[in-house]
Amino acid sequence: MRSIPAFAVVKAAGGRADVATSALSMLKLGDVPEPELPTRDWVRVKPNLSGICGSDLAAISGHISLYLDPLTSYPFVPGHEVVGELEDGSRVVIEPALGCVVRGVDPPCPRCAEGRPGLCYNVTEGPIEVGLQTGYCAGTGGGWGEVLVAHPSQIHAIPESLSDEAAVLIEPFACCVHAALRGGAGKDDIVVVSGAGTIGLLTVAAVRLFTPPKRLIAIAKHPTQRDLARKLGADQVIVPADVYQRVRFATGARRLDGMNRPLLLGGADVTFECVGRADSLNDAVRYTREGGTVVAVGMPGEEKVDWAPIWQRELTVTGAYAYGSEPKHKGKRTFDLALDAAAEMHLDELTGPLFGLGEYRDAITYAMSAGRLGAVKVAFDLRRLRA
Amino acid sequence: MARPGAVIEVDRNTPPVLFHFGEGIRLEKLPLGARIVYPPDPLDPIAHPERAIKRALAKPMEDDPLKSLLRRGMKLTIAFDDLSLPLPPMAAPDVRQLVMEEVIDMAAEAGIEDLHIIAALGLHRRMTEDELRHIVGERIFSTFHPDRLYQHDGEDPENNVYIGKTAEGEDVTLSRRAAESDLVVYVNLTLVPMDGGHKSMSTGLASFRSIRAHHNAKTLLASRSYMNPPDSALHHSCIRQGQLIEDTVRVFHIETTVNNHAFPAIASFMQKRETDWTAQDQAMFLATKQMTDIAPVAFKRNVFHAMRAPYGLTSVQAGQVDAVHDQTLDAVRKQLTVRVEGQTDIVTLGVPYLGPYNVNSAMNPILVVCMGLGYLFNFYRNKPVLRKGGVLILTHPCRYEFDAVQHPSYIDYYDEVLADTTDPIEIEKKYEMRFAEDPWFRQLYRKSHAYHGIHPHYAWIWAAHAMEHAGDVIFVGADRDVVHRLGFKCATTLEDAFEMAEQTVGRYPSVTHLRMPPIMLADVE
Repeated sequence: MRSIPAFAVVKAAGGRADVATSALSMLKLGDVPEPELPTRDWVRVKPNLSGICGSDLAAISGHISLYLDPLTSYPFVPGHEVVGELEDGSRVVIEPALGCVVRGVDPPCPRCAEGRPGLCYNVTEGPIEVGLQTGYCAGTGGGWGEVLVAHPSQIHAIPESLSDEAAVLIEPFACCVHAALRGGAGKDDIVVVSGAGTIGLLTVAAVRLFTPPKRLIAIAKHPTQRDLARKLGADQVIVPADVYQRVRFATGARRLDGMNRPLLLGGADVTFECVGRADSLNDAVRYTREGGTVVAVGMPGEEKVDWAPIWQRELTVTGAYAYGSEPKHKGKRTFDLALDAAAEMHLDELTGPLFGLGEYRDAITYAMSAGRLGAVKVAFDLRRLRA
Repeated sequence: MARPGAVIEVDRNTPPVLFHFGEGIRLEKLPLGARIVYPPDPLDPIAHPERAIKRALAKPMEDDPLKSLLRRGMKLTIAFDDLSLPLPPMAAPDVRQLVMEEVIDMAAEAGIEDLHIIAALGLHRRMTEDELRHIVGERIFSTFHPDRLYQHDGEDPENNVYIGKTAEGEDVTLSRRAAESDLVVYVNLTLVPMDGGHKSMSTGLASFRSIRAHHNAKTLLASRSYMNPPDSALHHSCIRQGQLIEDTVRVFHIETTVNNHAFPAIASFMQKRETDWTAQDQAMFLATKQMTDIAPVAFKRNVFHAMRAPYGLTSVQAGQVDAVHDQTLDAVRKQLTVRVEGQTDIVTLGVPYLGPYNVNSAMNPILVVCMGLGYLFNFYRNKPVLRKGGVLILTHPCRYEFDAVQHPSYIDYYDEVLADTTDPIEIEKKYEMRFAEDPWFRQLYRKSHAYHGIHPHYAWIWAAHAMEHAGDVIFVGADRDVVHRLGFKCATTLEDAFEMAEQTVGRYPSVTHLRMPPIMLADVE
């Protein structure tokens, strides 16, 4: 629910898990009416698993950018990383973007016409409330509830061989596939992926699969993350403290040490910034080479970033949000690319632990420390409710 | 008269023996029957070094007197060894200063105006002005620096020339100034048998292209040891290169040797055998031990690195390089040699705070290996003191600690290369050119005070022979993670290390402790 006092309390507490999940917070567990089908062609989906995303945690802990506030309708049921079942029992994953097709806006806006529903500017139109995605829209329900509604264009059938635990990662993986294609690394490039949470790790995998570079360096803080980054395709895994030393050596750059932090003359060709925090962003724009590209993948908040390196190095700083159709793959849907690739990836190894909805406080507390605790994707298991 | 070196067998009355432990010291009790090898006492120094220098220049070996080689209008270059020796740095005046002052005076008398003085540092780091001043003295420094007293730059494309190939196909390059001089006077200080001779010019004034001909794993593995030039493939290669250099430019060699009086009065207990310690030595030991046990590392380092050795000149000879160097080696061996009967299952060594490549900086883990498994292990003739497959036990804290100014490429070598493999030959195949050609390392070597990018590899392969020879290497009191990265084992105490070693060499092993520094050369029968 939208509550300025609750937001202020959580923010004042620094987003601490106990406060962010307390009675004073914006997050409540309770019974709400099932969302109604906006039009006859929409369908009901019963979530099996629903992931806890970094953006969910940012919203709950008050770290989220207020830029997104007017793009959200309240109260909403969170959860946009969803694998669920249709009424006929078939298993599907949900592509959450609420663009023109979903909203029944015709002709579509130019961005949707390009196949980029994440950039739709008709997110206020149609039979549902304002919202960029399922899970941030009052009218659709979300994955952290027993039922949500989805437009058929949001539905992707999943093969029998893909477990729920793997399928719950299709949405974030699609984001990362889109990011990798946005970054467009070439085979002679040196690529850095900063951060090794779900998005960082899946970006490593996506870059390796879709735009394999000369060298792929992952920055990971925790031991489990480092092991997974290697498994998913990083040539080299480094800790944040060593980033300048390691990227310098890998790229043959020159390093200058300044009063606050170093910079490289030269550096990585493409950097995927999957942390979204000031420290990481400020480093990224200093170790990415002049004329290079920094792709913001992890959802950033209102962070203080020194723009001088971006200006002086003529960096291309670009966002990579959501998914759509990928021109570099003949307009194929990003979700389909992700689904095709997932078959061989053992994504289920990244999922867990699973919590019931009633354990939401524990789940969120766990998810906030996932990296330290050796977890990647913490999720709610809604199958238990139906059992 | 100075006592020769000695081999003492440990009995019930033998006091604990001193082990160097980086910027610290320890006393360790060795098992009964173990041997302790002590270096010879310092030889008596030459009473009047200036006179000896004048005499050597006036009556050179297989060459004309220096004075007769000097003439007005000629292009004269003096090259000298850098601060990597002696260790610790010599108390002023450095013997190189005395020699150079004499040569410069003679050049001035001859009316020579075109005189350059070059620090022949090869791929070592550039010295700071203070370090340079310490070696050459204030008079030379203020007269010639910076225009005519400068440091060799092995990466300067304009100022190095290609001379040719040896019969074995080794490339030879040389400082352009040296190559274009009418006469090069090389002023050397030989502390150990590895130094001097043809190696001075062929490494000191060369570039990577030239140096890599002998600074490689294959050559080092065939140098047994590089402290005994006749058995050293490294030196054979340097000789071939040096002969080509001598065909190109007229060189007059001046070599000096010093005794092994390595420690000043305040640390005289380090110089002496434990049985010779006086009450004052024991007090100094205790005070030093207390200080090193509790003081911060930076403080200890400053104290140790401020030490200057009261070395005394033991010989000076000049003339043709081979004749000169033979005499130099005789003088060095006279000072350093200790006869040791037979090899041993276990050799223990205390690695001190200082090696050739960390003057005024931390001894990083790669340099610890270079010092312990490189230099200290290789101080032998005929056969290593350690039997093939034996266990080498070293004491050093071996912290993850690097000097970012002096050793930037060492950090990457440790973090990236040694994480991949510790095999010198494999490393060379995969990483040699990457480190050698890294533009940032090149720039730091040329403009800052950094060792050349390839230098950590040289430090590593310096230990290649010991790595191949030893069945196991155990570090006592070291950082466990660091030692494992280096590919060795770690023990908390010397007793634990002996117990671990028994798994490799069997029960009741023979043990020999090489009580260095001061340094010695074990002549193993």
